[in-house]
Amino acid sequence: MTSAPTAPAPTTTALQMTGVRKVYTMGDGSDVVALDHATLTLASDEMVALVGPSGSGKTTLCSIAGGILSATEGTIVVGGEDISGHNAKELTKFRQEKVGFVFQSVNLVPFLTARENLLVVDELGKRTGAPAKARADQLLEELGLADRAKNLPSQLSGGQRQRVAIGRALMNDPALVLFDEPTSALDTKLGEQVMELIRTEMKARGTAAIVVTHDDRITRYCDRSVHVIDGRLDA
Amino acid sequence: MKLALTELRRRPGRFSAAAVILTLIAILLMFLGGLLDGLIASSTGAIRAQDADAIVYSDTAQASFVRSRIEPQTRAAVEAVPGVTEVGGIGNVQLGARIPGKGPRDLAGVALFGYEIAPTGVPDAPPAGQAWADDVLEADGVEVGMIIEVGPARTPIEIAGFVNDTTFNGQASLWASPDTWREVLSANRPDAQLGPDVWQALVVRGDGADLPALIDAATGGATTSFTVDDAINETPGIQEQTSTFNQIIGVTIAIALVVIGLFFALLTVERTSLYGVLKALGAKSSTIFAGLVAQAVVLTAIASLIAGTLVVLLQLLLPPGSIPLLITPGRIILSTVLLLVAAVLGCSFSLRRVLRVDPASAIGTTS
Repeated sequence: MTSAPTAPAPTTTALQMTGVRKVYTMGDGSDVVALDHATLTLASDEMVALVGPSGSGKTTLCSIAGGILSATEGTIVVGGEDISGHNAKELTKFRQEKVGFVFQSVNLVPFLTARENLLVVDELGKRTGAPAKARADQLLEELGLADRAKNLPSQLSGGQRQRVAIGRALMNDPALVLFDEPTSALDTKLGEQVMELIRTEMKARGTAAIVVTHDDRITRYCDRSVHVIDGRLDA
Repeated sequence: MKLALTELRRRPGRFSAAAVILTLIAILLMFLGGLLDGLIASSTGAIRAQDADAIVYSDTAQASFVRSRIEPQTRAAVEAVPGVTEVGGIGNVQLGARIPGKGPRDLAGVALFGYEIAPTGVPDAPPAGQAWADDVLEADGVEVGMIIEVGPARTPIEIAGFVNDTTFNGQASLWASPDTWREVLSANRPDAQLGPDVWQALVVRGDGADLPALIDAATGGATTSFTVDDAINETPGIQEQTSTFNQIIGVTIAIALVVIGLFFALLTVERTSLYGVLKALGAKSSTIFAGLVAQAVVLTAIASLIAGTLVVLLQLLLPPGSIPLLITPGRIILSTVLLLVAAVLGCSFSLRRVLRVDPASAIGTTS
């Protein structure tokens, strides 16, 4: 069994993955192990860089931690909720309430304004109405996008779109935010600015984050790095 | 659903092709329905106008006036049926009419009725040699006081006034006294002339839940009686017309279903990536599918609204008597409901694809 080192003396835990395996059965009946007995713990305000080559299992780990995939075995606890045995419906509700995602290609809804892209999270989840609008306005203000609230994604720069995506990930006040290659579509300078912003926002909120990346330069913005090689975690 | 409606509002161009095709289909559907309604109306107006509880034909007539003969003793049996309060004879003859000012071979088709009980909207029979004319004859230049000549015998009939919505077999009707009708029949259809007290059919008023059945029982099966609605449906040619048009309408709805199904299936394929992201954010498949259905329903409702307006305008612009088109609110509503059902069913083709969208597809992909 392999495991990554845990954060030093976490006060509370955002993510606790213990002995997680993910096995895919192929068409010919053979098994492919995408994640092999992975154990990973994140403190509530910790940022971890998940580094590894393509096909190493980063995406699988990220998807399992975010409740998008179910593990074949092992225990996953996010924000105090054990999702190991959750069915699809329970995982959907979990994703609405406990995690935030920033995708590789940002993936904002193209026909919604920046503000509406944030409110989508509320629309798909709790539908709180006025409080959600107030939170969206607050997030846009904090992310420096207050004057861009009514702009469509096509009217925003790459960096601004990335900031909207970060705002969307924070809308449900998640215990854990998963960043999937957040700088891959940006140039070096903009990538650094975005990573700085991510770190600032996560630390300011005390929110845990996993940043999936190929780029070792990104790791300096995180508290620690975890390498994934052939489905195994390594410090 | 709010998301789907926002997309419709902000990206109308994306849906314009489907909207145009759906509008054309809705126009076709409403036009076909209007033609069917118009044909039935123009074929059966004279029967629909009968203020009666039963219309009685002879047993082998198959609801056809020209095939029907009601003898005096049969009439007496009908009059004796408990609940029957009033019985009147009716008969008709269909002929060509020469109209003053028109060419000698330019004949207008007319159905001349002789009647004892006045139908709704038709006054009591005028004096001998006169008739009330259906107002569709106005399009042929017929006026009150004009004398037209009917049939090969050129029997003169003076127009006493106009009535409306009483056409029969697609021809304008003339409403005359029994004697005038018998005279025209004898002069122009000597093979079909009837005895003095013989009628083609009877119009019966009375009480009782099943008056037609009581009448047929009382005449020992010598008659076949119908309510007015049933008489309309049993009029020769009506069921065939209805069946043919309904089959064409059914195929049109099937085409609408396929168009909507294909359009939204393509849209779903195109949006797979977006749906993956939305599912990763916590969207349920049911929410996404409901959005698709909402878009299809709104699109269909808009197409139906445009089509309904256009067919009403078309009806207003058509010269009277040119096409038997009858556009009614009921037909527009029915067509819209059928298209909405087709829209929902068409969307169901995409349900499986929506269910299969994997939220994991949002992670680890660049587009």
